[in-house]
Amino acid sequence: MYLADSRAGAPEAAAASAESAAPPRAGRRLAAVAPTVLALGTVSLITDVSSEMVTAVLPLYLVAGLGLSPLGFGLLDGVYNGFSALVRLVGGHLADRGGGRHKWVAGAGYALSAACKPLLLVARTLTPIGLVLAADRTGKGLRTAPRDALISLSSTPETRGRAFGVHRAMDTAGALLGPLAAFLILRATVDGYDAVFMVSFCVAVVGVLVLVLFVPGGPAARAPRTTTDGTTTPAAPTASTTPAAPRPTLRVALALLRRPELRGIALCALLLGLATVSDSFMFLLLQHRLGVPDRWFALLPVGTAGAFLLLAVPLGRLADRAGRWRVFLAGHGALLLAYALMLTSWHGTALPFAVLFLHGGFYAATDGVLMAAASDSVPAELRSSGLALVQTGQALARFVCSLGFGAAWTAWGDRTALTGSAVALALCALFALSLRPARRTPPEGTV
Amino acid sequence: MTLRTRILVLVCALVVLAGVATASVLHASARAERRNQARPGGPRITAGPVSLTDSRRLVFRNMAWGPHRDELTSVAASDPSGPRTAARVKCLRFYAASGTGVCLQAVHGAMRDTYRAVILDAGLRVRARYEVPGIPSRARVSPSGRYAAWTAFVGGDSYAGTNFSTRAAIVDTRTGRLTPSLEEYRVVKDGRTYHAADVNFWGVTFAADDRTFYATMATHGTTHLVRGDLTARTVTTLRANVECPSLSPDGTRIAFKKRVKGLPKDAPWHLYVLDLRTGRETPLAEPRSVDDQVVWRDDRTLVYALPGDYGADLWTLPADGTGAPRRVSTAAVSPAYVR
Repeated sequence: MYLADSRAGAPEAAAASAESAAPPRAGRRLAAVAPTVLALGTVSLITDVSSEMVTAVLPLYLVAGLGLSPLGFGLLDGVYNGFSALVRLVGGHLADRGGGRHKWVAGAGYALSAACKPLLLVARTLTPIGLVLAADRTGKGLRTAPRDALISLSSTPETRGRAFGVHRAMDTAGALLGPLAAFLILRATVDGYDAVFMVSFCVAVVGVLVLVLFVPGGPAARAPRTTTDGTTTPAAPTASTTPAAPRPTLRVALALLRRPELRGIALCALLLGLATVSDSFMFLLLQHRLGVPDRWFALLPVGTAGAFLLLAVPLGRLADRAGRWRVFLAGHGALLLAYALMLTSWHGTALPFAVLFLHGGFYAATDGVLMAAASDSVPAELRSSGLALVQTGQALARFVCSLGFGAAWTAWGDRTALTGSAVALALCALFALSLRPARRTPPEGTV
Repeated sequence: MTLRTRILVLVCALVVLAGVATASVLHASARAERRNQARPGGPRITAGPVSLTDSRRLVFRNMAWGPHRDELTSVAASDPSGPRTAARVKCLRFYAASGTGVCLQAVHGAMRDTYRAVILDAGLRVRARYEVPGIPSRARVSPSGRYAAWTAFVGGDSYAGTNFSTRAAIVDTRTGRLTPSLEEYRVVKDGRTYHAADVNFWGVTFAADDRTFYATMATHGTTHLVRGDLTARTVTTLRANVECPSLSPDGTRIAFKKRVKGLPKDAPWHLYVLDLRTGRETPLAEPRSVDDQVVWRDDRTLVYALPGDYGADLWTLPADGTGAPRRVSTAAVSPAYVR
């Protein structure tokens, strides 16, 4: 089902990317998503096809192609992930310095990842492969915050949720198509890992080209829309149009956390992140508690991604209309419901599907929506840094949660660990709910 | 740049990149043809019967290019680099003992590969098939031929991240009873029942009594040697930092790979032999990092695979720490001395 959907999305996206080169929204309906967002969505779609092609065949390549055991790589993985979180802050900050370098910092990230693909052909032992993948992840860390900043800067506050929804849906479509492409190539060849990496490289280059050609860069590109972004605190003047504006220093970027609204959002994202069981644990729990057969195990992430793809746009729109914070919290409600379903003793065949649907819905209601909500409370010239702060805080919280959840599972078993997470999630959600009035001050919170 | 120019640039780039991508796919599929051609200087391979009861033979997965690539082949145990006899059975990993073989195969599907474990009789006829939930790595059969075990890497999917976990399965080939994951067994660690979400098992090796086995258990970043009991369905931790154990035919020693400090993180293993009675570890004379579950040729000699030009080569080494590694066969992996 999700395949048909993503295929339907692809031509539209391609057309949109070309369209985005036109002067932005001369007579466009306010309801439409900005061409820049569609262009960025296309870039993400293409890039995700490229990167997920590699992710899908990498374990196979390591074990069957090179005769290595991927366990060693799994152990290094945590290190890379921590590193990527730091790079994200750097990318966010670099993009803000000099006002309007978002496109080029993001482009550097995409280009770095693209350049890594052919290197996989040369690296034939775990250390070089690990280094190449670390560089690839550095690219991902670099590009994420500037890209999200560009999305928020090129859409009006009223349509931000939808813009992020469209972007995340396109992104996920790419993630679903990538493995499919990789396995088609492996089918057409014998041991065609080199072909997979080469095609992945070509696809990644197309992504970079679309970014360079069709995503407007520089302060001029984002000026017309950012000025409407009148945030409540006048600490930083809306200087995005004046090139002479002082470059945001690291201190100014960190001082963002002194803003009550952003601090509130970051705190909530952090707290809720602390109660969010990681995907791998979620799938293991599904298998453990609901007895999903082994051969379906690899398909569980596809279920989550499919639901994410289907729901990202509608929930993004809903966030614009009903309030981002409400949808964000409702997303955590969906996650709570998924936890509860796994805790029930009733085991229907529909239950795993329901849990995966809720899990994908959780991502659809929170991933882009959080960025849209955070965008409301960060001034345009610090947008990238602000979003990076929230993302990194959330990522670190989820990492801590993973450690804690593993320990709790060890000490008390999966049922108790899950119950604990559910209670923690409910408490954090209640706390977030209580914070809401304080940070409802931005005038554009709801329409 | 006008919109037209930009679209033109993109279209031109698309044409070039599509050309490169197509060429690389065509190149890779043409290579399949070349791989079916034997290389000059490679081992001589002829199709023929392979038996799992002929005690003068060594059986392994042939990786040499040619029509018998990836097939089970046998060679004279006294001359492992000599002429090979290939059976029409393809395996990723393989092991055999007392006329029972376990062959871990890939099943090519439209969307993705799946894997299965096939139990073979002495004439390589299929006796049973089992699903394997991920990419297979280790395979073993108990000395009597009754039990078979295999390990698979599970994970590596996009949304699950790149962390891998392993599942070790054991099947009783006589009753068909399958334990899909050793995680079902009760773990006794330091004298107490131990529960952990992050427990992973791999590298099972069986004793001659058809009740005892050894394996690697990893939890909290540490690997342990465990002794398992097939009847009581328990595993008991014995000592830390032991991976891919391999029990000697006389049941007194275990050859294993040990993580050694100061080595690169991706190639951290040296081969050791552990005396089960004294607990003494003897480092072996192999300076390279070995990522394989070694095989005992007899009570004094080990055989194992190291990466080579055509995937892997087989090497041999005395089990007492003396001597030097010697290459016995190229383009071969998963050896089994059929006894």
